This record gives sequence, C-alpha cells and structure tokens, in this order.
Amino acid sequence: MSDEANKGLLSPLRRKLLMGMAAVPAITMLPRASFAQAPATSAVNTTGLAVTDTEVTVGILHSATGTMAISETGSIQAEKLAIEQINAAGGVLGRKIKFIQEDGASDWPTFAEKAKKLLVNDKVAAIMGCWTSASRKAVLPVVEQYNGMLYYPTFYEGLEQSKNVIYTGQEATQQILAGLNWIAKEKGAKSFFFIGSDYIWPRTSNKIARKHVENVLKGKVVGEEYYALGSTQFNSVINKIKLTKPDVIFTDVVGGSNVAFYKQLKAAGVDLAKQPLLTISVTEDEIDGIGGENIAGAYACMKYFQSLDNPNNKAFVSAFKKMWGEKTVIGDVTQAAYLGPWLWKLTVEKAGSFDVDKIAAASPGVEFKGAPEGYVRVHENHHLWSKTRVGRAKLDGQFELIYETADLVEPDPFPKGYQ
Amino acid sequence: MIINSRFFNRSELMGFIALAAVLFVILPLTLDVFRLNLVAKYLTYAFVALGLVLCWGYGGILSLGQGVFFGLGGYCMAMFLKLEASSVENTKIQSTPGIPDFMDWNQITALPLFWQPFHSLTFTIFAIILVPGLFALIIGTAMFKRRVGGTYFAIITQAVAAILTILIVGQQGYTGGINGMTDLRTLKGWDIRPDHAKIILYFVEVVLLFACIGIAQFIRLTKLGRILVAMREQEDRVRFSGYSVANFKIFAFCMAAIFAAIGGAMFALNVGFMSPSFVGIVPSIEMVIYTAVGGRMSIFGAIWGAILVNFAKTSLSESFPQLWLFGLGALFIAVVLAFPNGLSGLWADYVQPRIDQLFASRRAKAGWNDNSVADGAPAE
Repeated sequence: MSDEANKGLLSPLRRKLLMGMAAVPAITMLPRASFAQAPATSAVNTTGLAVTDTEVTVGILHSATGTMAISETGSIQAEKLAIEQINAAGGVLGRKIKFIQEDGASDWPTFAEKAKKLLVNDKVAAIMGCWTSASRKAVLPVVEQYNGMLYYPTFYEGLEQSKNVIYTGQEATQQILAGLNWIAKEKGAKSFFFIGSDYIWPRTSNKIARKHVENVLKGKVVGEEYYALGSTQFNSVINKIKLTKPDVIFTDVVGGSNVAFYKQLKAAGVDLAKQPLLTISVTEDEIDGIGGENIAGAYACMKYFQSLDNPNNKAFVSAFKKMWGEKTVIGDVTQAAYLGPWLWKLTVEKAGSFDVDKIAAASPGVEFKGAPEGYVRVHENHHLWSKTRVGRAKLDGQFELIYETADLVEPDPFPKGYQ
Repeated sequence: MIINSRFFNRSELMGFIALAAVLFVILPLTLDVFRLNLVAKYLTYAFVALGLVLCWGYGGILSLGQGVFFGLGGYCMAMFLKLEASSVENTKIQSTPGIPDFMDWNQITALPLFWQPFHSLTFTIFAIILVPGLFALIIGTAMFKRRVGGTYFAIITQAVAAILTILIVGQQGYTGGINGMTDLRTLKGWDIRPDHAKIILYFVEVVLLFACIGIAQFIRLTKLGRILVAMREQEDRVRFSGYSVANFKIFAFCMAAIFAAIGGAMFALNVGFMSPSFVGIVPSIEMVIYTAVGGRMSIFGAIWGAILVNFAKTSLSESFPQLWLFGLGALFIAVVLAFPNGLSGLWADYVQPRIDQLFASRRAKAGWNDNSVADGAPAE
C-alpha cells in the first residue's frame, strides 16, 4: 500500500517533469517513444506501408546527377542529417527510419517514375523530395493517385495546395511582400526593374511583386525582362538598367545564370553598395558559384540564412558541417529540407499513426521548435508559417541579417488581388 | 525469288517469335503493373529505334533530331488529354476555369485557336501522324532536294531539335514551358491512371509496335527497301540509274518521323506526361544510341536495344543513384568499341552460326536438299 502511495506521488511528478522537459526546445530531439513501448505495427500502419516493428522506410527523391544536382545536393544532405538525428534520438514511434534514395536526374518524368517506384514498390511512408516546380508538378499526380506524402522544400510560386504535400519552403507572397515593404520603406524605393529566368516561378513571383508595387506601394515597374534558363548574356538588360535608373533591381534569375549576371553587372560598373538590388533567388549555395566579391552588398529575401544567431541554428550548422565537411554552405532550401523529416516525425507522433490520411489530417498545427530558422508551424493549407528575412551579402559569401518580420507570416498560396 | 517472297527468313522468324513471346506472354505474366508500365515506357522508344533502322540503318540517313517527332506526337496526344483533364469542374480554383492550368498561370484567359481542334480525338489521331509527317516532309524536301546529306543533315536535324525545345520552353503560356504538360487523366472519360488501364495500354502499344514492325519489314522486302540500301552504299550509282534519290530519302525520313510520333503519343498515354525534355538534343542522341547498341541494321536488334538500354538505365539508377551515369556511359563505350554492329551483330556473329550449324547437321542427317544460300535480307 505504501507502494501505491508512492506511485500516486510519483506519477504526477513524473508527468510534470516530462512536461517541463518537453518545453525545452532541445528535448524535441529526445524520443518520447523511448519512454514507452513502441506501439504495435498493426495499429500504426493500417494501409500496408513499409513499417515493421523496428523500422520505417521513407524515400529521398532529388537530383543527384544532372544540372540540378548542384542545388539539390544540399537538400539530400540536410534530409540525411535530420534522419540520422531522429534515429539517434530513438526514431519515430519507436522505429528507426530507413531511407531509400532515388535519383531524379534533373529530368521531370524520371522524378515521376521514381516517385511511383517509391510509393508502389517500396511502400515508403513519406517522400522527402523534389526541388524545381517542374519536378513537383510531375510528382504531384503520382503522390495524389497513390496517396503518398511529399515533403517539398523549395520556395515556390504558390497556386497549389494538396492533401498529399507539405510545403516546407515559402510560397511567393511569404517570400516577396515583406521584402518589398522593407526596401520601399528603408530606401524610399518607388521604381523597380524586374529580371527573371523564363519559367513559371519567376513569372508568377514577378506578377505578385508587380501587383504589390503598383497597388500597395504605389510605385512603378520600369522594366520586366526574362531570360532562358542557363542564359549567360545579360549585357542588354544591364544597359537598360543603366538607362532607366530604377530605385531597386528585383531579380529572380536562377541557377548558373546568376554567375554571369552578377559578374557582368559588376563589370558594367553597377555598384551594389549604391544601387539597391533585391534578389529572391540567391542563397549561400549560389554565392558559392557567383563569388562573394561579385555580389557583396546585394539584398536577399529569404526565411533562413546560415548566419542566423540562435541556438537551434548554431547546433544545426555545426552538426551539418561535422557530417558533410567544413566547407559546405547552407542555404534557405537546405534548411527547409531539414525541416521535412522532423515535421513528419512530429506529425506521426501527434497522429499516433503512419497512415497518410491521418498524417494529412494531423499536420495543421504541428509545430517544430527545434527549427534552425527559429520556430515553424504547419498551416491548414499545408504550408508553413514562417518569418521573412532580408540579408545583405558579404564578401565571405555569407549574409548579414538586416531585417526580419516581427511575427510569423501566414502562407497564402492563392493570394486574393494578386492573381 | 521464292525465298525472297517469304516475309521473314528463318532467323527473323525466330526473332519475331522470341519478341512476341517476351512482350505478349512472359513480361505480362512475370512483372507487376509498375514494372510492366516501365516496359511500356521503354517500348515507346522502340518505335523511334524502328524508324531509325529504316532511315539510318537502311537509308544511311543519320537523324539526330528524332526527339522532335517523338515530341510532336507526344504533344498532340498530351494536348488532347490535357484539354479533357481541364474541364470546368476540375479547374474551378483558377481565375479562368476550363483552360489548362499552365495557361491560367500565364494570364491567358481564353483557349488559343490552335488548341481548339484538339477537343476531338479523331482530329488528334490524325494530327499525331500528319503533323510530324508533314514537318519531316518539309525538312526532308528542303534538305534532300538540295542534296544536303550526311553530317550536314545530322547537324541540321540537331539544330531543329534545339529550336523546337526553345520554342516550347519560351511559349510557356501555350505549351506549359519547361514543366511540360502534367496531370493527364482520362481518354474519352476512361481513366488512364489505374492498374487495369495500364495493362490495357501496354497491350495496345505492343500490338501497335508489331504493326509497325510489319510495315518496316514490308518496306524492307520490297524494291523500295533494296533501293534504300543501294542508296546507302552507292548513292551516285542509284542516281545515274534514273532513280530520284531525294524522294526515297524523304520517304524514309518521313516514315521514321511517323514511327517516332506514334511512340511519343504512346508515351503521353502510358506515362501521363509530356515535356520538352524529350524533344531536345540529348534525348535525340540517346535514341540514336539505343539503335546503335541494339544494331542499326536489324529491326529486332534495335527494339531490343531500346528495351535493354532503358532497363539498364532504370536498374542502374535504382542501385547506384550517384554513379549510375558513369556505368551507363561505360556500357555504351564498351558496346560500340567491342561490337560495332551492336547486340544484333553479336548475335549474328556468335549465336546464329551455332543455330545454323545445328539445323544444318539435322538437315544433312535427314538428307534434305538445301539451297538456302541467299535469304531475303539486303546485303549488309
């Protein structure tokens, strides 16, 4: 009977202790499941996914080869790091995560084929993957048809929402609006010149930016130019910029084209210290190729910079470098990719099940306090609440944080008045 | 003459039976639907390879732009399927419901005129054959009538592939740009995505492939086929004999284009997807590689080449996601260096003699009067 009294005393104490510990962000990395017995497989997996009593399989689907490999490698590394950390902390519902990696080879139909293979053959519980919008558009019908779960890391154009996708990057309004507001206020900018690569993401982003400049900021867009992906000749647009003298150059040029663009800009005598330039497409990864000396002074609008000063990020950066080498840099998308496995783990534990329908339903409201970007929460529309940040590029290829929104910005993939 | 009138000689008949057995019986029985669908995807390239055998292997015209015709056929099919998938109720979240999603993203508010006829399946089927056929006719006439051939022709076809890719990517409001046309769902209300539909589509494709093999074989055995080979070996002599070399070349090129287009259309149906990544220079060269690996002189060899190379691509990339491209490259180099006539050359040099020997010794035993010296195949 003294036993019973002890138990009565102990268990609230224990619960309190646990709750207290759970409030410490670092503790989200410790397994709740290891305190209890792992629940039976039959209970947590009713749809025949690859879940055993000790293991659960997920897929990683990025381009390890081809033109996109340079961008997607960071995402692959971040996802592997997250999986390793989750496993070290006891796994998901008491099960270790095993991953199957497939190569999308920078080829959109290959992405679709591999996604199908992961879902149909391997029965993976979730896919961490895709990078370009084109690859996501190719994979989307597959994950919807076979009811899979995709964690998609890249900032993108919006205009999409799916039960089967969690978008861990920002959609266009989250990325653009706060940045434009900031530069309009800070620099008194009224005239803007848009330059983008010619595909859906820059075009949609610029459409949103144009509406915002014209209708909200009461400014003017003095030029809007597009260049084919991979283009390396920007001299004519640089001449136009010199002629129109915009207050701000707003760019969403992607990939290797950036190297040519910033070098030619510098060669033409445009000094980014005096001519404000706001980019939504250059992260630390791109600067690696562009060279810090060519882009120093430019502003980038992102949600994450490697230089963010918070304990989560410091731990993340050092773990990342320990696993992948001191020289690696971490860009916005890499961080967003790191969120994928964590959000999935937290959602599975919230739902108490690996079933895709239950995860889709449990996702809204899931919060990850250990996020390197600070804190994120999943919205009803399966995008993340997150802050918008503006950084200034430095000579060493890092960004110096200049501005961040006070609150989390609500994701709005179908923005009214911007379409 | 009696022997020549036979549609297949003995080794071809065996090739035919073997291919039919594998495609109609063995693969459907042993593979699950996912893998069978992958085979269907490989087979779409077999159509291209078949066309290349006619045009390159027999006619000696190397085209590095077959992706253009594959793409045109595929896009025609995809336009029809995309229109059906973009019904008003499927697209009600768009600013303009009832048009394909990529048009809506590009601020297009009405269906462009050249899309209108693709509401009709009959028109689409004709377009799949005629659009690439006419396009090949124009290129062929412009080139061959001026006696542009060989390397120059190959370079020009490659330029055409590059131009068409740029056009498709640039006109994204009308074509879906680099994303391509995705999320194709139904054909005349029949859902093309579930498993049973995939199986039916697979068999439809195999039947079509055999129909095309029949056509190719027929062309080969007629006088036309012999003139093609003669042209390849001694173009001037054929011209001096009074034949219009240009017309024969145009014909072979158009046939290759039409075969490729059928492959492209089947691709759109089987994969539910079409994008500029099948139109450009790289896929066009890959298509030539399949044919070279299989053997450009052999109809069945080229088809096996398309199947095996794509199979290797899938399995290597599944097993070695980081290194598979090197493996594939090594495979090509090895095949081309060691067996310049491809797999079919390997077969003809090493396997076929054994089989012939076997038959010959049996016949000798039976005391047959055998005079099968010159079979119908054109001299290689």
